[in-house]
Amino acid sequence: MSAAELARDGPTLHGPELAARLERSWSRDPGLLGWLATVDHKEIGRRYLVTAFVFLALAGVLALAMRVQLARPDQNIIGAARYNEIFTMHGTTMMFLFAVPVMDAVAIYLIPLMLGTRATSFARLNAFSYYVYLAGGMLLWIAFVLNVGPDVGWFAYVPLSGPEYGVGKRADIWAQMVTFTEVAALSVAVVLTATILKQRAPGMSLDRMPLFAWAILVTSLMVIFSMPSVALASGMLLSDRLVGTQFYNPTENGDALLWQHLFWFFGHPEVYIIFLPAVGFVSEITATFCRRPVFAYPVMVMAVVAIGLLAFGLWVHHMFATGLPRVGYSFYTAASMAVAIPTGIQIFCWITTMWLGRPRFDVPFLYVVAFIVTFVIGGLTGVMVASVPLDLQLHDSYFIVAHFHYVLIGGAVFPLLGAITYWYPKVTGRLMSERLGKLSFWLLFGSFQLTFFPMHLSGMLGMPRRVYTYPAGLGLELPNFLSSIGAFIVALAFVLFIANVFLSLRRGAIAGPNPWKAGGLEWATSSPPPPYNFAHVPSVGSATPLWDGPLKWMSGLRVDEKEMLLTTVVSARPDLREPVPEPSIWPFISALALTVMFVSSIFSPWAVLFGLVPLGVALIAWFWPKQLEPTAEPVIE
Amino acid sequence: MNTVQSVFGGQGAEGAQFLSLMTLFTVVTTIIYLLVLAYLALALWRRRRTEHTVESGDHAAEPPPQRTALIGWVALVNTGLIVLTVASFLTDRAMARTASSPALEIEIIGHQWWWDVKYTGADPSQSLETANELHLPVGVPAHITLKSADVIHSFWVPNLAGKQDLIPGRQTDISIKPTRTGLFRSQCAEFCGVQHTHMALDVTVENRADFLRWYRAGLQPAKAPTAPLAKAGYAYVMTRQCAMCHNITGTEAGSHFGPDLTHLASRRSIAAGTLPMNRGNLYGWVADPQANKPGSKMPTLGLEPNELHAVVAYLETLK
Repeated sequence: MSAAELARDGPTLHGPELAARLERSWSRDPGLLGWLATVDHKEIGRRYLVTAFVFLALAGVLALAMRVQLARPDQNIIGAARYNEIFTMHGTTMMFLFAVPVMDAVAIYLIPLMLGTRATSFARLNAFSYYVYLAGGMLLWIAFVLNVGPDVGWFAYVPLSGPEYGVGKRADIWAQMVTFTEVAALSVAVVLTATILKQRAPGMSLDRMPLFAWAILVTSLMVIFSMPSVALASGMLLSDRLVGTQFYNPTENGDALLWQHLFWFFGHPEVYIIFLPAVGFVSEITATFCRRPVFAYPVMVMAVVAIGLLAFGLWVHHMFATGLPRVGYSFYTAASMAVAIPTGIQIFCWITTMWLGRPRFDVPFLYVVAFIVTFVIGGLTGVMVASVPLDLQLHDSYFIVAHFHYVLIGGAVFPLLGAITYWYPKVTGRLMSERLGKLSFWLLFGSFQLTFFPMHLSGMLGMPRRVYTYPAGLGLELPNFLSSIGAFIVALAFVLFIANVFLSLRRGAIAGPNPWKAGGLEWATSSPPPPYNFAHVPSVGSATPLWDGPLKWMSGLRVDEKEMLLTTVVSARPDLREPVPEPSIWPFISALALTVMFVSSIFSPWAVLFGLVPLGVALIAWFWPKQLEPTAEPVIE
Repeated sequence: MNTVQSVFGGQGAEGAQFLSLMTLFTVVTTIIYLLVLAYLALALWRRRRTEHTVESGDHAAEPPPQRTALIGWVALVNTGLIVLTVASFLTDRAMARTASSPALEIEIIGHQWWWDVKYTGADPSQSLETANELHLPVGVPAHITLKSADVIHSFWVPNLAGKQDLIPGRQTDISIKPTRTGLFRSQCAEFCGVQHTHMALDVTVENRADFLRWYRAGLQPAKAPTAPLAKAGYAYVMTRQCAMCHNITGTEAGSHFGPDLTHLASRRSIAAGTLPMNRGNLYGWVADPQANKPGSKMPTLGLEPNELHAVVAYLETLK
């Protein structure tokens, strides 16, 4: 007898009694075991966020080390070998351990709240993903500390990373770290896709879904389609290195370019996997601080979908210098340029929202303005490098370093910092300091330009990427010096931002449920939300329900067990009542077993076989079916 | 602003085309950027007579003028992109044409971390091999075949043309037609290992007569040393480790693992652009390559002072 077939004629609870009963059903067990076993998306989201910011700080320190080394020509503060490790770690950490997970973090926390549901789908898989991600990050950084960190670049081109030239275990650690983050990212993508498609509040049809949810849906689908490519690539690399296959070895009819195709088929969508969640942040913040929904909602949605599709058709623009047929290049030029169309549409719609509304210049909105001013530069230099003749000069030079930092910091980190300031009161119950927030904002905005704008010039003056020094007399002294100065001010701005986060935990003004008077469902519950998110299921009739009349609530879910409501995919009509998994230690133990298997398989292929045993045991325990004891009189809300 | 390693140099036939295309892109993208900034500034700071907000009660309004403007904006962006795509395509074709019918065949093989440069004529006796330097006659289209001996490298003389990768197991090529004489610097543009930084190539574009003089001199074998110190150095180079890796045409040193040294002293730099060529740097390099280029395939041999004097004296005769 399944939960959905249970009779629902038990007592109905109200008010404090209801809250207490829900609290009892949903709160986690005390102690370390409870902490490890929790499946609450808010706790997992917070852990993801904190971990991702720790990795940001670590990778940021590496960036400072590089800028010290490059501050003046012909310096040898950091040796060549160490420098190569440092830029590899910086890129790998930023891309795999910060940028993608931090977007997952925000989505894991917010998506159920925005959709008006009590949990994510596959709550245990969600918990599992966090531990796998943490293990992958620790593998990479412990290896770095032990001086066996990877030194082959975040792209790990073969044959440099192959068995012949990438000696030792450095490249294996890189490739296995990628495996960890893929498992984590794919798990989260599945969790988010299912949550968004099946758990929206009744009435939240696809065309009433918050733009952030649209962005996350498309992002998750992109993860599902792109990550297998790099999984294949890194798996083949590991097998070349460990068991003597020859996938990438040209002398045995393998092919060095195969790696680049597989890697960039993932690597380019990766950029949009980082950028699209930021599109969601910007849309939500713009709407709230301009006091109206984003202009042309259907067009915005189509633009997000279009970016998701186009992202898969332009990986070859990373390979214009590899000597592939030039006629083929033209297609990728056109496809790369075409991305400017949906992006341009989005920029227009946000600015039009500002035009039609009444902007309020709080810190989150300042980040949106900075995003537009900065990101558009990165987008336009992107148009330049889509052109084959221009790219052949600019490719792999510091111009590209400038370009993608404009895109990734301007396009994703600025919106992220705005988003953190914006949703901070929801998570903590308090507002961040506006004064400190403005100070760090202006410091960051200015120093970012100082750091990265000169890199356009150093690239055009012939400075290639990934060099640990440069000769005097090429005109590279001034731009590099400015970049180095700027980098330290960027670091200072981040320190102030983080200080604000910590200080406001105690000193910030009490926020209340909806401090910004926003229109989304996440603002309909208390700040911070209770473990069950909502005491009753909200029912919505528009995309901004809190702005469109009093919210309607539905009841009927059990409160003596964890239960949530599933709705239909397109029109979000109530569909099923679904039990939510109880907390379990097995996802943690499974992640541990997986870690043992992955790490030891760096050293011996047999580890894959023997490692399956503990993993299998843990997974069986995790999925062991439980007999639901039918309750005669279930308690309902 | 430097003129030896810059995309603005324009000393190649492609360079001029690159500059005009870059100008077009810069103008178009700057116009678009200024439009965005202007619209943003107006939207943020305009005086509002009407607004469509929650507070005013019609936040769902999407007035027709803005809808029309969106269509106009999309049309504008599309037009700009089409212009740029077509211009890019045409420039690409034009670049491919400028260096057609090459009069000079060159083969460059990338090694960790130096360049092996071979001028391959139809007559094998006229084939010339050198390292870390490339001489080109002005106005003559040169066809360069690119190969790699180990990992991926990228050939990039920014003053003359764009990049082309050197990929193991594949053969790529690039055609260059220099239009002005000068001394340029080129540097490997694809990360290729620990000394990727010190993998430079000295490029000399000279008039035809100078080029032929250099070429003929390059075909000559190394002269036997006459001074006693240089003779001692010669003996060391031939009998000790040096000859295991290097080639010096006209002597018994015939290995091709390391760079060719036949006319080493006539080059502008040592160890693929690591140090400028002079006596002091030759001393420094021979005495301790690992200090100057850590990770280089050339080991620090630990020469005695008298051996060092002798070897440098001999190397200096390799003009």
